[in-house]
Amino acid sequence: MPEILTLAGVSRRFSGLQALRDVNLKIAGGEIVGLIGPNGAGKTTLVNTVCGVTPASAGTVTFAGRDITRLKPYQAARLGLARTFQIVQPFAEFSALDNVATAALFSRPGQSLKVARENARQHLAFVGLDGQADQPAATLTLAMRKRLELAKALAMSPKILFLDEVNAGLNSAEVEKATALIRQLAAGGLTIVMIEHLMKVVLNVCTRIVVLHNGELIADGAPRNVVRNPAVIDAYLGQQYAQRHAGHG
Amino acid sequence: MLAAQVLVNAAVLGCLYACIAIGFSLVWGVLNVINLIHGSLIVLGAYLAWGLYQWTGILPWYVLVLTAPLFFGIGYLLQRLLLNRVITAPVLVTLTLTFGLDLILNNAMIYFFKADYRKLTLVPSLGSLSIGGVVVPVDRVIATAFALVLTGLLYLLLRRSRVGRAVVAVRLDRDAAVLMGVDVKSIYAIAFGLGAALAGCAGVLMALIFPISPLTSSAYLGKAFVVCVLGGLGSVSGALAGGVALALVEGIGAVVVGPSYATTLSFLLLIAFLIVRPQGLLGRKGFE
Amino acid sequence: MIRPSIVLVALLAVIALLPLAGDAYALRLGTIACMYGIFALSWNIVGGFLGYPSFATAAFFGFGAYTTGVLMTLGASLPLALLATLVASLVGASVLGAVLLRLRGHYFAIASLSLVEVLREVVNNATDLTGGGMGLNIPLASNASILGDAIFYFYAMWIALALTAAMVVAVSASKLGFGLACIRQNETAANMVGLNTTLYKSIAFGLSACFVGVAGGIYAVWVHYIDPSDVFDILYSVKPIVMSLMGGLGSPVGVVCGALVYLGLEEVVWRNYIQIHSGLLGLLVVLLLLFLPHGLVSLRGRLFRRGTGHA
Repeated sequence: MPEILTLAGVSRRFSGLQALRDVNLKIAGGEIVGLIGPNGAGKTTLVNTVCGVTPASAGTVTFAGRDITRLKPYQAARLGLARTFQIVQPFAEFSALDNVATAALFSRPGQSLKVARENARQHLAFVGLDGQADQPAATLTLAMRKRLELAKALAMSPKILFLDEVNAGLNSAEVEKATALIRQLAAGGLTIVMIEHLMKVVLNVCTRIVVLHNGELIADGAPRNVVRNPAVIDAYLGQQYAQRHAGHG
Repeated sequence: MLAAQVLVNAAVLGCLYACIAIGFSLVWGVLNVINLIHGSLIVLGAYLAWGLYQWTGILPWYVLVLTAPLFFGIGYLLQRLLLNRVITAPVLVTLTLTFGLDLILNNAMIYFFKADYRKLTLVPSLGSLSIGGVVVPVDRVIATAFALVLTGLLYLLLRRSRVGRAVVAVRLDRDAAVLMGVDVKSIYAIAFGLGAALAGCAGVLMALIFPISPLTSSAYLGKAFVVCVLGGLGSVSGALAGGVALALVEGIGAVVVGPSYATTLSFLLLIAFLIVRPQGLLGRKGFE
Repeated sequence: MIRPSIVLVALLAVIALLPLAGDAYALRLGTIACMYGIFALSWNIVGGFLGYPSFATAAFFGFGAYTTGVLMTLGASLPLALLATLVASLVGASVLGAVLLRLRGHYFAIASLSLVEVLREVVNNATDLTGGGMGLNIPLASNASILGDAIFYFYAMWIALALTAAMVVAVSASKLGFGLACIRQNETAANMVGLNTTLYKSIAFGLSACFVGVAGGIYAVWVHYIDPSDVFDILYSVKPIVMSLMGGLGSPVGVVCGALVYLGLEEVVWRNYIQIHSGLLGLLVVLLLLFLPHGLVSLRGRLFRRGTGHA
């Protein structure tokens, strides 16, 4: 599989804080990458850096053969990098349908609002929100808003999708539902990078795990290898986890 | 020699600017409200000093003792009765409300005092200090000293007193302060009262130096804003740094491009600063 | 979407009939009504659709007045001068908007407020071109009778108002209006779905400036004489905000109604109390914000609210 996204020596400083330190990462088309690590490890910063929200202080980001290090967020979005936010970011006054329509409308040039709305309806149906299409986003439950966020990202017809803790705050039935959606997307061949704290979900869905700790990449590989890596157990998973899962594989 | 004079002027003026700005900065930082009535309160304080000196001969620095509680009361009530009702509303609403209040106060001052420029002239004059060729009028020195005392008092109040700690707590994290049992509404009113008191006192000091007219209120307000942006919000040291920085830029600007472009110059500085370093010289980012 | 536009057209048509009343006073009032309508509708693009608290109206107005005035003293014809003013306001404000609208909240508000002061200072200093503080005499544009003159300027202002209204309605029904509503609700998210927020904001600022500039130009030739403290009066920035607050933010019909109600108050109340004119305006602002935060419309339910911006 050809590489779709490459990070070469990416660093990001915030005044005094080194949020990312010399990160090298290659992601191939169709991979489902789990991005894990303790709070404050730099996971969201990594996504922000790739998407142009907080551009890299050093290093380069290449997407589909093109240097995107200095692109603005909207430019990255138009190239096919879509993301969801850890803290959902709906357009509160808009209906669910119009929320998704924004993505279809602005991510491609020359779209009309009418076509965008039709397009949006399909994506709402995919995430199971067709019943709420005309409800203002502010009135949706958290689980629904998370799915709305996903529909919005999908309406951009992304080539790569970043999911930032789509399951945080959801109950187990809702997590099941969300996981099923992600699997379905993966089966369709979409490249996905997901930040996720629920190891069950990561192990269930991901084809590869990348671990960040203090802004550094400390492990990268097949899920079962990574979870046995002593550095990862030390930094993130903890001894308890390792013992509980010893012998499973 | 010119350089030394420019520097001394900037230091003196900078302390006065800090004094103008510090109450404004406090209100902005704690309540997240741009208090557009601040400039008119300064002018009102100046009229108070002028009037009392004119009629009774009381020297302006004694007037400070009266000004502080009086203006604190005005500010406290304004916040409690009016501003508090819209405190959670969008920027446009709080901004427009204080603008409306400013229109009322400013118009009232024009009505009662007329728009003419008045000057508080001490008789006998206090003369000037001259050290190594650098000349500073004594009234300026006194005003600067009092400006520093006021700034220092505010610093101590915020540092040492219980109320002061509560004000700082609300500024840093309102929600956490609520959880810790701070009565945010009364802290808002106290902060606004302090802001008004500082404006009034600053006005009294300005009366020693600058001509007094309701028309000057927007200039004071503009300076307060620029000082806050340059120095960063809500800190005493930031206001001092911002004040001196603005005075320096003005002093150098007046020498280089002439005084008639002062507003344009500080505007350009302001925009450049807001875009390059939004947290100010000493401040932290936040409150947006 | 259709209904509010029809109301707006009806409103404009009623205003257009004013000359039938015939006397110069009615015409003067009508001309100012059109001018205020332009202010309110234009401000509403940035203040209502985009949600940025702009105090720049007086800057655009003064800029337009001086651009037209200076061009006419240099010998340009009125239509040419107004066209040039339109283009210059549009382009100038768009460029400026790209910079100023990077600021948010209080910072943007104060930056837009200082823009007025800065332009006034610049005009004051450019004595050769503008006459500085002495003001500028503008050559007469026509040789008609006093009444004919009044009718001419009324219709000039009315046409500018009609164009503004058409522009605003077009914006609110378009992708641009949809995008501005996105930015108002969540600028970060708008950026992430591929919306070029800088471009949209800058266009919005330009559009909110161009007809206010034209209104300034018509005003300048109408009154024949302008000076910096007259046309760069900060009250021109506050009035459209008051009108929009009265009429309901974001609704074009609402803000035009707000403009008319405001003009009525201005005529009835402070014509008699000229000394405390701005204080009364302040009082109105305070009362309005404290007791009718959603505008006069909230008195009659939410008839016209949220009819626009998107739909």
